[in-house]
Amino acid sequence: MSPRRATAGGRIDRQRTIRFTFDGHQFTGHAGDTLASALLANGVTLFGRSFKYHRPRGVMTAGVNEPNALVTIVNGGVREPNIPATTVEIFDGLTAESQNRFPTLSYDIGALNQLGGRLLSAGFYYKTFMGPVIGPLKGTRLWMACEYFIRRAAGLGSAGLEKDPARYERMNAFCDVLVVGSGPAGLMAAQAAAESGARVILAELEAVPGGSANWSDEAIDGMPAAKWASSAVGKLKALENVRLLPRTTVWGYYDDNTLAAVERVTDHKSAPAKGEPRHRHWTIRAQTVVLATGALERPLVFPGNDRPGVMLADAARRYVNQFGVLPGEKIAIFTNNDSAYRAAHALKKAGAAIVAIIDLRREVSDAARQIAASVVGEHLTGHAVVATEGGKQVSGIKVQPFDIATASVSGDPRSLHADCLLVSGGWSPTIHLASQAGLKPVWIEQLQAFLPPQPTQKWLAAGAITGSFSTQEAISQGHAAGAKAADSKSAEPGDLPIADADSLDPCPAPIFEIKAPGKAFVDHQHDVTADDVRLAHREGFVSVEHLKRYTTLGMATDQGKTSNVPGLAIMAETLGKPIPEVGTTRFRPPFAPVSVGALAAERYGDIRPERLTPMHDWHVENGATLYAAGLWHRPMIYGLAGETVEQAYVRETKAVRGGVGLVDVSTLGKIAVQGPDAAAFLDRVYTNMFSTLAVGKARYGLMLREDGFVLDDGTTWRLGEHDFLMTTTTANAGKVMQHLEYLLDVVWPELRVHLTSVTDQWAGAAISGPKSREVLAACVTGTAVDNDALPFMGIVHGEIDGAPVMICRLSFSGELAYEVYCGAGHGTHVWATLMKGGENFGIVPYGLEALGTMRIEKGHVTGAEIDGRTTARDLHLDWMLSKKKPFIGSAMMDREGLLAEDRLQLVGIISLDNRPLNGGAHIVEHLDEANPHGSIGHLTAACYSPVLGRYIGLALVSGGKARHGSRAFVSDPLRRRFGPIEIVSHHFYDPEGSRMHG
Amino acid sequence: MLITCPYCGPRNVSEYTYQGDGNRTRPDPASTDQAAWNEYVYDRLNPAGDHHEIWQHSGGCRAHLRVTRNTLTHVVTEVSFARDAGHRKSERHRKPGAHA
Ligand SMILES: [Zn+2]
Repeated sequence: MSPRRATAGGRIDRQRTIRFTFDGHQFTGHAGDTLASALLANGVTLFGRSFKYHRPRGVMTAGVNEPNALVTIVNGGVREPNIPATTVEIFDGLTAESQNRFPTLSYDIGALNQLGGRLLSAGFYYKTFMGPVIGPLKGTRLWMACEYFIRRAAGLGSAGLEKDPARYERMNAFCDVLVVGSGPAGLMAAQAAAESGARVILAELEAVPGGSANWSDEAIDGMPAAKWASSAVGKLKALENVRLLPRTTVWGYYDDNTLAAVERVTDHKSAPAKGEPRHRHWTIRAQTVVLATGALERPLVFPGNDRPGVMLADAARRYVNQFGVLPGEKIAIFTNNDSAYRAAHALKKAGAAIVAIIDLRREVSDAARQIAASVVGEHLTGHAVVATEGGKQVSGIKVQPFDIATASVSGDPRSLHADCLLVSGGWSPTIHLASQAGLKPVWIEQLQAFLPPQPTQKWLAAGAITGSFSTQEAISQGHAAGAKAADSKSAEPGDLPIADADSLDPCPAPIFEIKAPGKAFVDHQHDVTADDVRLAHREGFVSVEHLKRYTTLGMATDQGKTSNVPGLAIMAETLGKPIPEVGTTRFRPPFAPVSVGALAAERYGDIRPERLTPMHDWHVENGATLYAAGLWHRPMIYGLAGETVEQAYVRETKAVRGGVGLVDVSTLGKIAVQGPDAAAFLDRVYTNMFSTLAVGKARYGLMLREDGFVLDDGTTWRLGEHDFLMTTTTANAGKVMQHLEYLLDVVWPELRVHLTSVTDQWAGAAISGPKSREVLAACVTGTAVDNDALPFMGIVHGEIDGAPVMICRLSFSGELAYEVYCGAGHGTHVWATLMKGGENFGIVPYGLEALGTMRIEKGHVTGAEIDGRTTARDLHLDWMLSKKKPFIGSAMMDREGLLAEDRLQLVGIISLDNRPLNGGAHIVEHLDEANPHGSIGHLTAACYSPVLGRYIGLALVSGGKARHGSRAFVSDPLRRRFGPIEIVSHHFYDPEGSRMHG
Repeated sequence: MLITCPYCGPRNVSEYTYQGDGNRTRPDPASTDQAAWNEYVYDRLNPAGDHHEIWQHSGGCRAHLRVTRNTLTHVVTEVSFARDAGHRKSERHRKPGAHA
């Protein structure tokens, strides 16, 4: 039997033993345990070292509010740091490590930081890292070195470098009523809403729904509360209109009643079932939300309040009642309210000795007095704990008489032996979500707490979040809220379950801090003490928001769940103002940390959508190496055995220039522009004329943005008087479509033009090379393809082996070439027929590399040059700027800065050292490898040119045209590529275009 | 945020693409008034409160909508097809000095 496991009780499965590892040691626990409860049961009290001072820390809470017991969960090479041990369900094989300790948790060198405490006080980041601005150390690097060590010593867990192999997914959900929290109030709300037929989602962050019913000693409807809760959950599960989401944290409340939640689907399992994601992210849009998020107990601030063994009173009650674990054997309790007496009762019943109850109040209710009398030990009213004793574990406490009116201690301290100190400083309703969807929280003097604000969205609150802490009220409020949220007329409060509970009053004395010598912690996770708050005030930080940022109070991963209100109270006292006048900081999402994987989900990794051309399978079967271009997968090369990429594309390029080749161009954007005003519309969006284009002809067109920079280019084919087929670059297809739609809808709604994206409807193949016409002649029926029937930029319709095709004679490669379009479903058939018909002519399929090589040799621009910063003139396309008509961009393109001579202009580059060039490399006039500087431009594309026998590239170079024939250098320090180049015209190959016109 | 498309009904903001300030009027295409073009291309109103914006229902019917949205609360009070509002002159005026 584990040393701290009670012999009976708890809702764990004692028949099932689970083995797990913490800091390399094997432990066992039971099904139903959290990592915290299982370690406590094994007698472990030291869980980690603190952020700044490396002080030993234990477990303070039993749930999501835990500031201290953070661990790293290790799964193979993947490390997930900063997980509260109180929220980790154990499973066989779980491996966890403590954090922020070196070399081990027990012997930690960083604990020396405690001696240097003054150095690490409030604002230490700001002060320390500024370095001296005067004096002998000014400007030295000494402070940089200090910073390295302090940053290393101060911190939380560290993430691993391995890629996370887990799968994550996203879901959208809609419901009439979303209930957040499944304590008695939430269960009743879900039940009432479900009964009236509403679609209900019930989200619970814990593994087992039921909330406080799982650990209260109360009875509901004559049975133990936990049993009542599980039967209520069972009934909800059976309903068609209810979706139960356990292990689901609702973390954000957004506009129009949209809530964000993350479900931990398999974190509690040794291995996920097939297809199960690790986390599932939920976006829930609810008609009405019922917030039944309960309340969180607050600690008191006093010297030594962070020593392992100091725990919140209700957490201890949960450990004993839900997990059958005693947090100590000789227990003292320190409180400013009645609720802590419940813990005394529960722990005594489970076999612990209650050494003393120290109550700050002199006057205590009869109910509390009766419990105190029955649990033996001392009942020290009007007393305070002023210190804790012990090393890595509480061994005793010091108490002193205390006066609430003056908030001060008097007399002499006396010592008591105890190995555990339970603390209660009152309760804070969990108003995080309510505050995200409401006005300012409301301070209630009697409860010394903030209540939910006036809603700005459709939500209702029920249970402890409203500041009423009795289970009976939770039941009736929950029922009423659920019925109202579902718009039910048949609320019958007469049938409500009856709770049998004590009558202890949780209203606390208005004391948050006991002032006595020693470090008293407010924010345990960020190591912020009460003195830090006062120091920040003395240094001039008087607004809560500034104070928070300067001290970092409440800004750790727990978002100050235990520290916000005590911190605010200490600030208020320091400022001499009442708490509500100091205000509260706004609660922002997330309520608790959310995994980045859940947010990214399918946008990342192997379930990202992909776009495949109609001929994709043919490419794969014929040895294509694919290349991801946006979402598209396109053939890069069709390599032969043993070929390098360069050898392959050089072979393909030569085959095209010397014979014939076929390339898949289906990815080009295609937009059908149709209607009586289509030609007029194209005249406005292109820089050149399209209304003069004859039917059956195509024209190269250039589009600018309104600001005069180039947007995109492509050919547009006139298929009929009112019928155009526009092509765009692959990358800009969506952008151009949106641009045109905007113009037609917003700017020129009077134009009768209809746009249809037909990118996916057409398959396209470009056949290029001097023998391309012969291949077409052999394959195409129904039309002639000779120079008269199909001149340059002409269009014909015909058939290829029964499939209708549309052929346009245009060239990207600079050779005689045609684009053959057919319905996407015929794509592979037409492609295969052309390949077969081309066999006798030595046809080769070619990929993006050869395509790119030939366009570089021709000096054609693509997205690398049309980068949003270049004008038509920069790209030597000013011959396309019509002077006969205004067009999009014509009014702005002649601005002074866009005409400057020293703008980056398109040029050709030749490598003079016969070594390859890289896109992205800078171009400089004077080479300085040690201290690269003086860039005059950059390479946009590079290749080996088979026709020139040189490594060449295109570049954008300042005043480029005037530099033709001059020498310069590439400077590429990242890739260590430096060397001489010559700047030339971008027309490397056949500048007259005789080959493609032939 | 929820925008009610007059054609498709209430839809999540993730279906829409923001297309900018809806108070702009494109100058006459032949205009050479650089100040007017500057204003159209670069100036944007940025009110704290109700704002006229253009949103495209890009994940739906692809219509451009003229949306009145409160920039402080995200409450949408009016939605119409931009096509219908296209001819209307902006009823809001730029602050003095808002020119670039
Ligand atoms: Zn729509």
